[in-house]
Amino acid sequence: MIAFLASVGAAFLAFLAAAGRLVMFAGGALGAGLTPPYYPRLILRQIVYVGYFSLPVVGLTALFTGMVLALQSYTGFARFNAEGAIATVVVLSVTRELGPVIAGLMVAGRVGAAMAAEIGTMRVTDQIDALTTLSTDPLRYLVLPRLLAGLLTLPALVLVADIIGVFGGFLVGTYKLNFNPATYLTQTEQYLETMDVVSGLVKAAVFGFIVALMGCYHGYHSRGGAEGVGQATTYAVVSASILILLSNYFLTQAFFA
Amino acid sequence: MSSDAAPVAKIAVRGVEKSFGAKRVLDGVEIGCGAGESLVIIGGSGTGKSVLIKCILGLMRPDAGSIRIDGEETVGMGRTTRANLMLKFGMLFQGSALFDSLSVWENVAFGLIQGRGMPRQQAREIALQKLAAVGLGAEVGLLSPAELSGGMQKRVALARAIAAEPEILFFDEPTTGLDPIMADVINRLITDLVRGLGVTTISITHDMVSARKIADRIAMLHKGRIVWQGPTAEIDRTDNPFVDQFVHGRAEGPIEMEVRAA
Repeated sequence: MIAFLASVGAAFLAFLAAAGRLVMFAGGALGAGLTPPYYPRLILRQIVYVGYFSLPVVGLTALFTGMVLALQSYTGFARFNAEGAIATVVVLSVTRELGPVIAGLMVAGRVGAAMAAEIGTMRVTDQIDALTTLSTDPLRYLVLPRLLAGLLTLPALVLVADIIGVFGGFLVGTYKLNFNPATYLTQTEQYLETMDVVSGLVKAAVFGFIVALMGCYHGYHSRGGAEGVGQATTYAVVSASILILLSNYFLTQAFFA
Repeated sequence: MSSDAAPVAKIAVRGVEKSFGAKRVLDGVEIGCGAGESLVIIGGSGTGKSVLIKCILGLMRPDAGSIRIDGEETVGMGRTTRANLMLKFGMLFQGSALFDSLSVWENVAFGLIQGRGMPRQQAREIALQKLAAVGLGAEVGLLSPAELSGGMQKRVALARAIAAEPEILFFDEPTTGLDPIMADVINRLITDLVRGLGVTTISITHDMVSARKIADRIAMLHKGRIVWQGPTAEIDRTDNPFVDQFVHGRAEGPIEMEVRAA
């Protein structure tokens, strides 16, 4: 019994230590942004990489999500003659939940993994140490631009995903389920509130920060050559995905409960 | 002021200890290096040479001991002071550690642009001068590091290390992985550049040809301690059993290699 409690205690302490290291890492990077030098070109480059180059994958996912949602809602709602609510269900589901969560998960897979691999390779090939010897703070130069890009870009990406997702629902609703286009659009607009969109964008900002933080943190602390970089990439994607789903619950509770 | 006061060592390492878990890598290292001197630290793989150099550079924090640069204690130094101290250093990494995402000239000019805030055009001119100093033409400056051979990457890394004309240069295994001719080219570049610039250097290597060529003084590190140090000429005359075994590359002797059965 004592051995069991000791192992639980050790695991809990290890969790607290890891959480502390993560907070100090994020704090160090954000704190570095309070004083010059600043690297606007690097931030811009990361914004283009995180946002612009993620558009196809996020857009495509959002399109099919909206289409499937309309189709599923129709087959479900037809059982109790509530087909008229489909447009509302699609727009609320996409803006509040599916847009930010799916975009977050897609960006975690595409961008978080790439950040971990890039920074991890720099770590195991001494490039991060080289930055330090060249009087450049790696947290300021490598980590901060990525954190800011994640934080600022994902909301814009989710806004586009919201529009495409709703459009996907509209396509299925009007072309396959034979809804009147004008009626569908009116129903889409009727029950949508500003808070629905804003809550999704706030979630997106949090998810973007999580994705970038996990990618940078695991890459920065990778060890042991190619195997270590591979592990860092896996940890970055898995931990970002779990944290996105976890924080999504608490954010939803904070906004709507 | 007393005129006969002992000169302050450029680098003074006293009682430095560093452990990773239960493994003690540095066990009370005592070593110094005078201004303009070229010190080479030799020793087998895993004896703590790279850890020692990283502690001196401030890339790792020692568990105990003192490291002074120009008489100033650097262990526990604040971030800003450390960043200023880094301006004195140049470092040639074992694997060159060139930035993949930048061109060759941007690599060489990196410390000037990012570390010292120099305008890009001025830094580019200096970078091309330094590339010329290591025998590389301006056309190489436009290439990416991945397009270069191992020897050329070492030369670019050397150009980067000297670009900001540092007071102290560190070389981590400067000739490892190079053929003997390219190794000799690198050794000659190091001696010419270092003597030309008058900088203090600490190199770590297990290449005795390189050590003899670039060192004023050699120290041997074994199991985290300096077991011998002296002028380069003394290395072949000493009766120190560790040095004797290492220099002659014998399997038998006081240095036991850890061989683990699979």
